[in-house]
Amino acid sequence: MTSEVISELMREHIVKLVASGKRGDGRVPEELRPLTIQKNYIGTAEGSARVHLGNTDVLVGVKISTGEPYPDTPTSGVLTTSVELVPMASPTFESGPPRPEAIELARVVDRGIRETKTVDMSKLVITPGEKVWVVFIDIHALDYDGNLFDAASYGTLAALSCAKMPGKMTGGVDKPLPVDHWPVSVTAAKIRNTIVFDPQLDEEQIADARLTVAIDENGDIRAMQKGLSGSFSYDEIRYVISTARRLGNAVRETIKA
Amino acid sequence: MEDIEHIEKEIQLVDANGRRLDGRALDELRPIKIEAGVLRRADGSAHVQWGGNRVLAAVYGPREAHPRHLQNPVRALVQCRYNMAPFSVSDRKRPGPDRRSVEISKVTSEAFQAVVFTEQFPRTSIDVFIEVLQAEAGTRCAGITAAAVALADAGIPMRDLVVACASGKIAGQIALDLNKEEDNFGDADCPMAVVPRTGEVVLLQMDGHLTDDEFDRAMKLSMGAAQTIYEMQKDALRRRYAVTAMDVGPEPAGVSA
Repeated sequence: MTSEVISELMREHIVKLVASGKRGDGRVPEELRPLTIQKNYIGTAEGSARVHLGNTDVLVGVKISTGEPYPDTPTSGVLTTSVELVPMASPTFESGPPRPEAIELARVVDRGIRETKTVDMSKLVITPGEKVWVVFIDIHALDYDGNLFDAASYGTLAALSCAKMPGKMTGGVDKPLPVDHWPVSVTAAKIRNTIVFDPQLDEEQIADARLTVAIDENGDIRAMQKGLSGSFSYDEIRYVISTARRLGNAVRETIKA
Repeated sequence: MEDIEHIEKEIQLVDANGRRLDGRALDELRPIKIEAGVLRRADGSAHVQWGGNRVLAAVYGPREAHPRHLQNPVRALVQCRYNMAPFSVSDRKRPGPDRRSVEISKVTSEAFQAVVFTEQFPRTSIDVFIEVLQAEAGTRCAGITAAAVALADAGIPMRDLVVACASGKIAGQIALDLNKEEDNFGDADCPMAVVPRTGEVVLLQMDGHLTDDEFDRAMKLSMGAAQTIYEMQKDALRRRYAVTAMDVGPEPAGVSA
C-alpha cells in the first residue's frame, strides 16, 4: 500500500519535523485531521457514508438482503466486509484481485465491528436455520492520503448506523439495522522514536510501525492491529491506547450525529 | 419471460401527452451535473451526476506502461477501466470485473484513443478509471462524459472532449437518454459517444430493434443532446480553472494601466 517512492530529503525533513513535535500540515502529534461524514450518500445502498478524513476519501456502502445462515451459526445473521482499493485512489493501487493490504484492511474493520457486537447478529434472524439478514459492507477507497484504516472504520460505522433492513424482502416495513455499540478506531504511526496519530500519507510512507486500536463507548479495547516491520514498547502501546480512547470520543460523536 | 411481457403491458412508458414515467418529454435529458477536479491524488478527475447515476472518473498519466510488453514505441496507450461499486445497484454486484465491464472498458478505451494525441507520449500509458458509485441506466455514457472532463483536468492533449449519450425506443417511440424502467422494458437502446466539434462517432452500440428511419432519429437526438452536454463539460472545466480578480489579488501599488 505504501510502495511509493519518497525522497531522502523529504524523509529526513519529516523525521526532524515530528521529532520536534510538529507535522507537515501544522497538526500536533495527538491530533486527527478534520473528519466529515455524509450519511445516505448512495441511493442504491441500504446504508452508506462518504467519509473525508483530511484528504483521504472513502465511500462505504451497506447492502442488505435475505439469505441462508451458515450451518454452524443457524441463529445468527451474516456479515461480510470487503475492501476495494480501486486504482483511482492512488498511483500505486492496481486493478486485479484484492491484495494483502486490502484484505488486512477489510479484516481489521470487520473485527472492530464484529467483536464489539456493533450489530447484534442474533437480531438478524428471520427463521432460525433457514432465513436470516445478510449484510454486505463494501468499502471503496476513492482518494488515498494515508490512514485508510480509520477512514474505513468510521465510514463503516456511519453506514451501518443509517442502514435499513428492506421490508419488501420479508413483506414487512423497513427497519433500522440494530446498532448497539460504537467502536472507534484510532491509528498511530511510529516514526523513529516519535508517535503521531492519524498519519497522513507521507508520514505513513516513512513510518516504522503502525498500531490501530478500536475502543468502545465504555472505554474498553475491542480490536487491535499492529503493522509494518518496526516495534512498539509496552509503554508506547499503553500510551497509544490511552490517547486513542481520548481522541476517539470526539470521533464517536461525529459518527453518531 | 411471460412475466416480463406481462409487466411490459402493465407499464405505460409514455402517456397520451408524450410524457415519460419521470415526467420528461421524449427529447429531454435527465438532470446532469458535472464537476471537475474532485480528487487530490489523481492527475485529473471529474464527478458526474446524471439522473440517478453518480460516476467518478480519475486519470493517471502519461506514466510508464505496465506490463512492459504492452508498451507501444510510437504512441501512448489509453487504458480505461470501468468498474461498478458493489453497492451501486439494487442487488449487490460481486466486486471485480465481469464480462460486461470488460467490454465497456474496451470500447471506452478505443473511444478515447481516437481523440488523445497519443503520439506525443510514446511507451506510456494514460490510465482512466471510471467508478460507478450509483447506477440507474446509462452508466457508460455518464462514465465517458466524466472521463473526458477528467482527461482535460489532467492536462492530456486531445483533439476535443468526448461526449456520450444514449437514445432508444420506448413504447414504439424514439426517446433520448433512457432511464432504468425504459431500459428494462423498452424496445431498443443505442449508446454512442461523439467528438462534438467534428461530429465523429467514436463509440456506438445498439441492442433491440430499430428501423432505418428510427435509427436516424435516435442518432439526431443523441447528437443534439451531445452539444448540450458538451457545454456542461466545458462549463465544469471553466469553473475549475477560471481565475477571478479576487484570486489574482490587488494590483501592486504604483502600477497603472
